[in-house]
Amino acid sequence: MGRFIARRVVGMVVVMFAVSVLTFLIFNVVPNGDPAVRMAGKNSTPVQIAAIKKEWGFDQPLYTQYTTTMEKVFTGDLISYANQTNVVEEIKRGLPRTFALAIGAALLWFAMGTALGLYTAIRAGRFSDTLVTVLALTGVSMPVFWLGALASYYLGFKLALFPNGGYAEIGEAGLWEWVKHMILPWCVLATLFIGVYSRVLRSNVLDTINDDYVRTARAKGLSERRVMIHHVLRNSLIPIVTLWGLDFGMVLGGGAILTETVFDLQGVGQYFAESVGQLDVPPVLAVTLFGAFFIVLLNTLVDIVYAALDPRIRLS
Amino acid sequence: MVVSELLLDVQDLNVSFATEEGIVQAVDEVSFKLHAGEVLAVVGESGSGKSVTAMTLMGLTRSPNARFAGSAKLRDLDLVTAGDDELRAVRAEEIAMIFQDPMTSLNPVHRIGRQIVEQIQAHRSVSDGEARDQVVALLERVGIPRARERFDSYPHEFSGGMRQRVMIAMALSCEPAVLIADEPTTALDVTIQAQILEVLKELRTETNAGIILVTHDLGVVADIADRIAVMYAGRIVEQGTTDEVFYNPQHPYTWGLLGSITRVDRPRPQRLPSIPGLPPSLIRPPQGCHFRPRCPHAHDACLLKPELAPRVGGETGHTDRCVLTPERKRELRKAEGQIGLVAGGVTE
Repeated sequence: MGRFIARRVVGMVVVMFAVSVLTFLIFNVVPNGDPAVRMAGKNSTPVQIAAIKKEWGFDQPLYTQYTTTMEKVFTGDLISYANQTNVVEEIKRGLPRTFALAIGAALLWFAMGTALGLYTAIRAGRFSDTLVTVLALTGVSMPVFWLGALASYYLGFKLALFPNGGYAEIGEAGLWEWVKHMILPWCVLATLFIGVYSRVLRSNVLDTINDDYVRTARAKGLSERRVMIHHVLRNSLIPIVTLWGLDFGMVLGGGAILTETVFDLQGVGQYFAESVGQLDVPPVLAVTLFGAFFIVLLNTLVDIVYAALDPRIRLS
Repeated sequence: MVVSELLLDVQDLNVSFATEEGIVQAVDEVSFKLHAGEVLAVVGESGSGKSVTAMTLMGLTRSPNARFAGSAKLRDLDLVTAGDDELRAVRAEEIAMIFQDPMTSLNPVHRIGRQIVEQIQAHRSVSDGEARDQVVALLERVGIPRARERFDSYPHEFSGGMRQRVMIAMALSCEPAVLIADEPTTALDVTIQAQILEVLKELRTETNAGIILVTHDLGVVADIADRIAVMYAGRIVEQGTTDEVFYNPQHPYTWGLLGSITRVDRPRPQRLPSIPGLPPSLIRPPQGCHFRPRCPHAHDACLLKPELAPRVGGETGHTDRCVLTPERKRELRKAEGQIGLVAGGVTE
């Protein structure tokens, strides 16, 4: 276990290094990517641009620029090129918003995906199975920006059931206001995943239900409920938990860009999207590292949980 | 034999399944009785309906595509028509089953001890500690060394033979009156097979349970069974005591089965005789006797369905489904020499 974690930590450092180098290089070859020109504005003279280059260190060799930028990431002194704000502070501000969205939506899609997957497997071939299957596929097919915009317009703006986007701090506005702001983003983000998860679980359950040990469980005189939960679902959920961990890591690391943007949650994902639009390297680099960290972290956790759920798997 | 309690009375059991190709008549008019302390061997090749018969007794063949007829009375409860709750109450408690493949019959993610405790606690209200002690005792009884430590092992940490012992311990845990062993040794090494059969033999004397041993291996049967039912294409073609079936077999299919075992008391033939042809499709079985297309002695009378009836003398209920007279059969067996154990003229 100790060796496993040590190896994963080393792996994480390697991954984050590679990701940061790639991100940094990409933005140096993007057309119109020269930050000095952008910062100097439209009617700037070459002298002004040269001055900015000198001031910000853009005249230094690329590897020097990289190391100074990376140093600032870890000391928290990283400044955005586009609006001169502190990047680490911006991420810290967006963090609770992104976490609130990710955790709520992930719990919702896991619970609903499991429930619907199990239900459709038990009712396989009947009308209710077909109906839920159609709904699940519809959910998968609806783009988040479209579904989010619809929900926001009709439920938020027209019917005024929910606030029309934005985020409310629990400390300032209270728990209920916070929940009201989060319900639509949670549901919209979860919709896609519920569709996928329920389909995957349905087929897992239908595979497992024919396994010999399920027959043994029935022969033991267990109730059908116990057979389904303790034997069928317990084994069918193992791959779902893996999937869930990876998706959760992605959303936690700011991957729910569209949802955050549509509902104007001002989370890390939305910050990332805006920064990319401005070709603003420091925040893009920082958020990418932030996302990579969560994805690698959740990957490691998934492996540990997987070994706990399935005794045949050993961590090595 | 001392008359003991009648545990299981199967009468004209029919099981068919609707498939895309048509209706499969998997079990066709199967009747037998099982008494306490008795071992009934159900013998037949793959697809003869022996496993389906066994599974049906446990209610494990029930599905929207399955149709049942006839009865299978476990004491007073008809297992064919019993409701789900009634069936659940007798499973493991009254009638338990050991499955063919111990490698896949245990849940890989639960500890083996817990899997047995689960069964005990489904039927009886015993504390975890008490159930644990019972399970450890059971595991010791079926020959698992260091049972207290192995309680917490997972199935993948056990060999096939050990897993089958766990399955047997599980089947015994509620002291069922009827124990069905569906090819319990097929998936195991020969040496382990003998050990498992030894465990089953001990059980039968210790518990007085009635045991149904489903197998395709006549060698396994000879040693342990009191009675034998030979199945072919969904029907029982011959039924009698082990001695009757081995020493005075009445059905040409049984002759074929017996003829294809290696014998140590005879000069070895160049190659083992086998029955030509293949078992028939159960969707469109041959008219009349199902064995007719492969039978060297088939004639016109075989086009009518033969009844399972006593044709040889005796009071033990030696029955068969071959319309030839016992005298004619004796002549044929004599002429063939190799078929059946009777060839030396033992019956005269």
